[in-house]
Amino acid sequence: MSDLLKTTRLSRRQALVGLGAGATTGLIASPSLILAQTPDAIRFGHLTPRTGFLGPLGEYGVMAVDLAVEEINAAGGVNGRKLEALKEDSVNPQTASTKAERMIERDKVTCILGEISSASCLTISQVAARNKTLFVNTGGNSDALRGESCNRYMFHVEHQNSMYVKSTGRSLMAQGLVKGKKWFSLTADYAFGHDLSKVAKRFMEANGGQFAADKLVPTDATDFSALLLEIRAAKPDLVISNLAGNQITNFLKQYSEFGLTFPVAGFGFDTALAWAAGKDNFGGIWPCVWHHLIDTPGTKAFVAAFTKKYGKPPENQAWGDYMAVKIMAQSMNELKSTETAKILAHWEKGAKFDVLKGREGYFRASDHQLISEMYTITALPAAQVKNQWDLFTSSPAVPGPNEDMEVIATSGDEAVCKMS
Amino acid sequence: MLTLFIQQVLNGLLDGVYYLLIALGLSLIFSLGGIVNLAHGAFYAIGAYLTIVLAPHIGFGGAMVASPLLVALMGIIVERGLFQRFYRSDPILSLLLTFGLAMVAEQSLRMIFGAPPLSFSIPPALRGQIFIGDFIYSRYRAMLLLIAAGCVLGLWFLLQRTAFGRVVRAGVQNPDMVGALGISLQPYMVAVAGIGIGLAGLAGVLLAPIYSIHPAMGQEIITPAFVVVVIGGLGSFWGVVVAALMVGLVKGITIGLGFTQWSTAVIYLMMLLVLLFRPRGLFGERIQRFE
Repeated sequence: MSDLLKTTRLSRRQALVGLGAGATTGLIASPSLILAQTPDAIRFGHLTPRTGFLGPLGEYGVMAVDLAVEEINAAGGVNGRKLEALKEDSVNPQTASTKAERMIERDKVTCILGEISSASCLTISQVAARNKTLFVNTGGNSDALRGESCNRYMFHVEHQNSMYVKSTGRSLMAQGLVKGKKWFSLTADYAFGHDLSKVAKRFMEANGGQFAADKLVPTDATDFSALLLEIRAAKPDLVISNLAGNQITNFLKQYSEFGLTFPVAGFGFDTALAWAAGKDNFGGIWPCVWHHLIDTPGTKAFVAAFTKKYGKPPENQAWGDYMAVKIMAQSMNELKSTETAKILAHWEKGAKFDVLKGREGYFRASDHQLISEMYTITALPAAQVKNQWDLFTSSPAVPGPNEDMEVIATSGDEAVCKMS
Repeated sequence: MLTLFIQQVLNGLLDGVYYLLIALGLSLIFSLGGIVNLAHGAFYAIGAYLTIVLAPHIGFGGAMVASPLLVALMGIIVERGLFQRFYRSDPILSLLLTFGLAMVAEQSLRMIFGAPPLSFSIPPALRGQIFIGDFIYSRYRAMLLLIAAGCVLGLWFLLQRTAFGRVVRAGVQNPDMVGALGISLQPYMVAVAGIGIGLAGLAGVLLAPIYSIHPAMGQEIITPAFVVVVIGGLGSFWGVVVAALMVGLVKGITIGLGFTQWSTAVIYLMMLLVLLFRPRGLFGERIQRFE
């Protein structure tokens, strides 16, 4: 084998092509997952990111869809027919739109559920509107989707950025962290982050707070040490996270590593990120559309069924996809129909649904936002944590029992939706 | 304000060192075998996951030794089973091979450990901060730097001061001549793959306590590491070291000047400039085979 490399002849051009391709190859294509189809079943499409920085959350959505379908079929299906999910990785806005088109045209799905990325929600909703097919958004938060980009065929189980901001905002006001206080804010540099930052800024200014600094953070940034030095020098009264996905976990781990002690709060959150940070690193006040410690019979049953099937509790993204499937199936059964126009009218008329919280939820006709209670969670000190899941305590439901549930949603000119 | 700027520059320099452990292995494997190892990031991820598995049993210190060794072993198996078949072919083929390998590795991690990120914290004994005047640094990162610096020096010594290194360097320049002298490069390739990939595993262990651990974490680090190799230049040990520090430095300055949103884009801009004016990289040597 002394001539092992004897015939190796690489041109410098080839070498550079190789390295260049290496340097630019960031994304890895993912296999699409398609289930075998049963004739006569009622099929719906499920699209959500399963790879990339939102992939870990998408996986919870997929698990929840499987569980919901299983439960619905065990209880007799939809109008006596079996319910079947066609699940695919939505990857990015372009791919999401292509796949949505294919699901509607080729696979004849009755509706499409899912998604987490606000950017992909937008492209799917455009396909859905063109084909007059329902799309239920289970994870995209941006207010713009309920405002300027709203359309008649898109409904939102996921709550909007304004609801997240106003929920956490209430806790911050109660602790005196807004009026006359300086905020150091970190924002994920893409559609969701910009939208959230806009809403957060509006809240802060309306309530007498000001920015010590407002920094945009690239979505692929993993190291926060430079920002931690900035935060330390700025001595803010509060550090605000408008970050997303793995960014939040990285930030929390490194914030604790650098031993900074300014209070932390966030306006966008998923419990899986707290679990990934772990009890030694998780801190601060965060909003939740739902979490596994809510004390209602519905939540207890869902958590028990999910934990039995998957060996771990569901996180809030699982709730979103689970609710969407359940609401859809329940409506089809009540209406004895799968017709889009009938379902749409039923929801717009304010049909109520058990959303596993204290009060029932309904879709608001003006922008198709599911209106239901929110929660803010506060990290427990590491010493008080009993297991790897229960890392926080929760506020009571926001808004309180005597308030209108819509007080935390957008109102007036905060987001204007003109349905077409 | 000025002191904060100096802090950012300093922190940036330290930041660059994290890329070094990955970039050095990449550069070595490419220089000697002509393989662009896109799976290098996957070995980094495997190193991190092994730490989660091993640390509860043998402690973080034990994992710091055992995980890189296991990853190095995997590297050797991959070299013997796959890489060695591609040393003579078009680099596009090995690119496809390692791209596929990266996907298989990532998907395997997803199937074994699940898609959600897993938690792992700095061991209590290593927590805490160091204060130097106004500058604050984490104790854990200081240890990480020492280990990385030790690895760089050790590797330098191995390549520049030992008989092993002489053969490797000769092999990079002219494998035919090495063969004609009656030296088989095969065991050297095995060793280089083991060392290079083992270093990626070590980076995985070291960064597991401060970064999010998820199946696609390898993708996050591989791209900047490639940029470092391209900027530094092929075949140049110190080129990679200097490039890593420069990448960190430029990032630090960008953030220090207040352009946080540009902090990752700026390193690609830097790569573009270097390629325009010095296509061989800053310190790239003229390698006969690649001309």
